Amino acid sequence: MFNNFFFIGLPYAALVIVLVGSLFRYFRFGFKVSSLSSQFLEGRELFFGSRPFHWGIIFLFFGHAVAFLFPRSVIAWGSLPVRLIILEATALGFAFLTLFGLILLVQRRFKKKRILAVTSKMDVFVVVILLFQVGSGIWIAFFDRWGSVWFASVLTPYLKSIFLFNPDIAAVSAMPSGVQIHIISAFIFIGMIPFTRFIHFLVYPFVYIWRPYIYVIWNWDRKTIRQSKKLVNGVRSKNF
Amino acid sequence: MDVRSQISMVFHLDKCIGCHTCSIACKNIWTDRKGAEYMWWNNVETKPGTGYPSKWEDQDIYKGGWEVRGKNLSLRGAGKFKGLKNLFHNPSLPVIDDYYEPWTYEYAHLFEAKESDDQPVARPVSLITGEYITPSAGPNWDDDLSGSQEYARNDVNFKNLSPQEQEAMFELERMTMHYLPRICNHCLNPACVAGCPSGAIYKRGEDGIVLINQKKCRAWRMCITACPYKKTYYNWNTGKSEKCILCYPRLETGQIPACMHTCVGRIRYLGVMLYDADKTKAVASCAEEELVDRQLDMYPDPFDPEIIKAARENGIADSTITAAQKSPVYKFVKKWGLALPLHPEFRTLPNLFYVPPLLPTMAFVENGTYETTSESFWGAIEKSRLPMKYLANLFSAGNEKTIEIVLKKLMAVRLHRRDVTVGDLPENEITDPMNEVSMDKETADAIFRLTSLSLFTERFVIPAAHREEAMEMLESTADVKGNIGFGFKEPPKRGL
Repeated sequence: MFNNFFFIGLPYAALVIVLVGSLFRYFRFGFKVSSLSSQFLEGRELFFGSRPFHWGIIFLFFGHAVAFLFPRSVIAWGSLPVRLIILEATALGFAFLTLFGLILLVQRRFKKKRILAVTSKMDVFVVVILLFQVGSGIWIAFFDRWGSVWFASVLTPYLKSIFLFNPDIAAVSAMPSGVQIHIISAFIFIGMIPFTRFIHFLVYPFVYIWRPYIYVIWNWDRKTIRQSKKLVNGVRSKNF
Repeated sequence: MDVRSQISMVFHLDKCIGCHTCSIACKNIWTDRKGAEYMWWNNVETKPGTGYPSKWEDQDIYKGGWEVRGKNLSLRGAGKFKGLKNLFHNPSLPVIDDYYEPWTYEYAHLFEAKESDDQPVARPVSLITGEYITPSAGPNWDDDLSGSQEYARNDVNFKNLSPQEQEAMFELERMTMHYLPRICNHCLNPACVAGCPSGAIYKRGEDGIVLINQKKCRAWRMCITACPYKKTYYNWNTGKSEKCILCYPRLETGQIPACMHTCVGRIRYLGVMLYDADKTKAVASCAEEELVDRQLDMYPDPFDPEIIKAARENGIADSTITAAQKSPVYKFVKKWGLALPLHPEFRTLPNLFYVPPLLPTMAFVENGTYETTSESFWGAIEKSRLPMKYLANLFSAGNEKTIEIVLKKLMAVRLHRRDVTVGDLPENEITDPMNEVSMDKETADAIFRLTSLSLFTERFVIPAAHREEAMEMLESTADVKGNIGFGFKEPPKRGL
């Protein structure tokens, strides 16, 4: 019952919420989709917090993604102790980098009056869940070794079963409670994306890489009007 | 050839009295909101001075604008690589203290204070934190050269003036100043547009106004770095960037932008310029000393039948072409060659042109009286109180020749008018200067008229927006029957 709720119900609820909620917020409340940067109010301390935190968490995200997408390769890599230790130590290093940045960001947010003035309740939630998530991750790395190996062999099949709509929670139910808590809070994190500033990483500006620098929008194309023989030519504003 | 139309402006600096009415009009309409209090889409600076934000012209600090590297034109502090690399922390972003911390006064205390031995006072409170602050900076902190030791001395445009020249500028009774009103230049090669990672900033094809889509802005803050004029502003409350919109809702309905409408000195002119968009890249990346001339070459003659034909083929309405022919901007910039862009070396090809100030340059003190005439006027320009180099650093990327010609033309107009109204000068003192800049009497009179006596309709020539057609293109009108109009109906509330 407990396991069904947390390892089947919660993941699906989180996935539905993040999908529907993000699309709804993007299209219906576009004005509220922003990274809400506070660098304009305080720039120096942000540098030491934001850079390590973001690079750290990006590495951790892709680390988890690689273990999910290429479990065999990860297990094969970990078959030699030296390589395993290097991988685990690197991951742990990035986890500490993330935690270091996060702590600086937290104390900046609550100590600087200007930043406190732009802190919402949801920002407090963001901070709490991130601290919890990174903290529990580091806990696992210490006490439930070696994460890269058992993730690939236990959690990858579980996550795969979720995505294939055929949830198999036998293995997850038997995991140590530290790992279970890390999983549960991860799904809460995912489910809260549309309701927090987390939404900013869904709108990372990839398009910038290939778009031309100068961007001109013609709200209405007089040429088309003049040459069109149709009554309604279907041109709509590109400025959504 | 790709002919497009652009709303452009001329500010006549000799007529600016530095009253800040433009700034107030703009503030009351557009930026009187939480998070926008510190923004002055229109501001007036005293030159020499450090401006707003402090030292905005120093691109070694702020890394704004374009630079030519080898043969390529690239953004100095933003762009695809630098922008995405610095997304988490932008090292060249100005912070609010570079502008000023907005404040109000605790007026309620005057009424609510308990009875005591002292008079209650309204103390200044920060509009960000609500705490008591002592204001130590503001948008015009150095107005009229106040605190010139700290501000005017640090003017960025002194960079290649010798110490003696700088010293001379600060001599008592020789000291000089003029005002520099600034709004967004709605550039032909806008750096803010190029710097925006999310593609929220765009140039409107129809009239060249540069706007920020508030729904697409994600607060990556690269526009603020990219714009060398620091005319995009970050709203710390909504987490969105904002900038001057050239009052486009007013322009579309045939009204004049608020800052220009209210201008007391009538220094502002607005009109259409046709330009050849195909030349943009080549001009923006040309050699620094050619920048002004080649930018002015981008604006073709709107009376030329070839140009009219090309404009029509591009879908430019006849009403717009007529407006371009009547444009006061075309007259000042192209026909008479009197107006120059501000800091062309930033390579954004700005569309706001300035007639450089003549008066502080010419006047000097002799035997304790303020003199504006001398034996020879040309000699006076070279002996000017304001070094030519300084004006050249502002308006012609350091090219003194360009500035000198403009000032000589302005002087020629004055001499001619003195001849007409007073007639006390020997003939050769009028004809020689006029011949030197090849100006005939008719032109001089026309310049005089548009400068001093022009009517509202001559100073502002706005083409019809043809919204009656535009609306059909934007949306099916039947769908929005009973709705309140264009724009979005979401309140501008900060996201979660």
